[in-house]
Amino acid sequence: MRFFKGGVHPYDGKELSKNKPVSKLDAGEELVFPMQQHIGAPAAPCLKKGDSVLVGQIIGTASGFVSANILSSVSGTVKALEPRAIDNGTKVMSVVVTNDFEYRTVEGFGKDKSYEDMDRDSFLEAVKNAGIVGMGGANFPAHIKLAADPEKIDRIIVNASECEPYLTSDYRAMLERAEEIIGGLSVILHFFPKASGVIAVEDNKSDAAEHIQSLIGGQKNISLKVLQTKYPQGAERMLIYAVTGRQINSKMLPADAGCIVHNIDTVCSIYRAICKSIPSIRRIITVTGDAITNPQNFDAPLGMSFREVVDAAGGFKTNPQKIISGGPMMGKSISSLDIPITKGTTSVLALTKDQASAKSSNCIRCGRCVKACPEHLVPQKISVLAAERQYDEFIKWNGTECVGCGCCSYVCPAKRPLSQEISTARAKSIQLLKSRK
Amino acid sequence: MLEGVIITSAVLGVLGCVIALILNFAGDKFYVSINEKTEKIIEVLPGNNCGGCGYAGCSALAEAISNGTAAPNACPVGGSELAKEIAKITGKKAVDTKRMVAFVHCGGDCVKSVRKGDYSGSSSCISAKAVQGNGGKACLSGCMGYGTCVDVCEFGALSIKNGISVVDKEKCRACGKCIKVCPNSLISFVPYDAAVTVKCSSQERGAVVKSQCSVGCLGCTLCTKQCPVNAIQMNGNVARIDYSLCTSCGACAEKCPSKCIIVNTVQ
Repeated sequence: MRFFKGGVHPYDGKELSKNKPVSKLDAGEELVFPMQQHIGAPAAPCLKKGDSVLVGQIIGTASGFVSANILSSVSGTVKALEPRAIDNGTKVMSVVVTNDFEYRTVEGFGKDKSYEDMDRDSFLEAVKNAGIVGMGGANFPAHIKLAADPEKIDRIIVNASECEPYLTSDYRAMLERAEEIIGGLSVILHFFPKASGVIAVEDNKSDAAEHIQSLIGGQKNISLKVLQTKYPQGAERMLIYAVTGRQINSKMLPADAGCIVHNIDTVCSIYRAICKSIPSIRRIITVTGDAITNPQNFDAPLGMSFREVVDAAGGFKTNPQKIISGGPMMGKSISSLDIPITKGTTSVLALTKDQASAKSSNCIRCGRCVKACPEHLVPQKISVLAAERQYDEFIKWNGTECVGCGCCSYVCPAKRPLSQEISTARAKSIQLLKSRK
Repeated sequence: MLEGVIITSAVLGVLGCVIALILNFAGDKFYVSINEKTEKIIEVLPGNNCGGCGYAGCSALAEAISNGTAAPNACPVGGSELAKEIAKITGKKAVDTKRMVAFVHCGGDCVKSVRKGDYSGSSSCISAKAVQGNGGKACLSGCMGYGTCVDVCEFGALSIKNGISVVDKEKCRACGKCIKVCPNSLISFVPYDAAVTVKCSSQERGAVVKSQCSVGCLGCTLCTKQCPVNAIQMNGNVARIDYSLCTSCGACAEKCPSKCIIVNTVQ
């Protein structure tokens, strides 16, 4: 078994919600659809205040090459077009829709279709129209990944490793939607005839792996790969290395290593968009943490507020000290629950004991961060450069290769905010490099 | 014995002469003429290479001034006195410059602004801005008070007082480093003798601002109507003063309902 150097084994907290089946949530009165739910240019709102909306209707159109459509998950009327706060702390232009609870759909919504007679361009167009982006949290528009040259791609990897602690949405999807996963992978493989499909699962989810294996049956071009459980196994670079032995860096795309990596939920979305004509309007979200009364997994409509999902999980048992959008390692700490669920929201995590707030002290040069870094960096050194805003030096020490996994901060005995400083400086350095071009 | 000494000194002597000739020749051949003007200007410039003028440092600016690409008053640190001196050297007329100072457009200190959460990460404004919640403040555009601007100031003009950054206008030399570094873009130049300043940058609607801060600009536009010379314009939901028109009458500050326009008393 191949595995990467470094990494950590954090407490995974998955037992809180792993045995709770995915339950469907219905939208509330008001839904907020931010126009920036993906990497790239924000979508342009194509409706006015007072317009009526149908389920599955495009309310924001992709406005650039790297961009994605935003679709409505309910029917109703547009209440407002205004900037609203999202989980990364900024305010982005959003379409606010008042739900009329009638769920009138656009024409052809939910109609069974066959992909066999579809050509490549109409497949990419269909994925683009459905507004599908990477659902694992990075939100890269799926149609751009799939536009890679089919001659050069030999692996389609379905990322089902879910290495991030506490999250169980992918695990539940494997148990409950395995047909959709394999169906989605078959659709992609149809358009990449030279590639073989690999579903990569960590070995702590063996029951899900067995279930998938039984469904794969005798299909030759799809296989299951069981990986070692170690954080961040699910990071794209680590995953490609574990599956193929090929290594990529920040200047390369997975396609350069002959791979396309899709999250499990993205593959399900592709299946639904192509075979069932249902665009990306819902996602599976884990509501968990020791401050939540009844941790569980929901199939929630996009645009619903965090508050509604937390309430659906029974609200808070005790007063949470930290609420995180996403997992504890790479998620974003949030200060308000009045933000909408977007395509990249994997979980709402409410913790009582705030481990991150421990006071940081001086670096003792123990080197644990160096040992833990899966990208072979020296977090101790580059975090100092980051804090001093020496971005040129930061680039020289390959700070831009950081994947932001947070292993360094996790192992630091002095509780230094290494990952935060490095990722802030990384963003600045990339801006700097772009401005020099 | 004596022979050896004579030979050694003769060889060294000849060698020395040859090298001296080569050096002399090279010195003439590769002579870089330094402009006398440039040298004189370098002498009068402050010499702390802050980069506030937009050039790589004081000597780069001196060269630019002497060959005419930069104006004599291009050094923001020296002010009009230095401009006069440089004008004397270059023989050009010094344009009288108005002294500018940096100003933090936020008055929401620990007492006046509402806090919504606890921020416990890296104590720099740039890092704090990368997560939600503006460093724990309810107002998403206010000063977080982690002092990144204080760190970059070479003149010790900035300090954190009561949770917000404050500029000491006597010490400020208008190099503009704090303006570039503030992630909330709260700092801008105002004239040294500005009588009134708007201490808020929030683009939120009035009701929201009121719930977040007791000294926030509500966007009521009362000040724009009050101004006899129309020097106040609304920049979105926040008032901004055009100092080329302002007559320092103070009528706006008097009427401002949230007292976010403040009168600067002479220190």
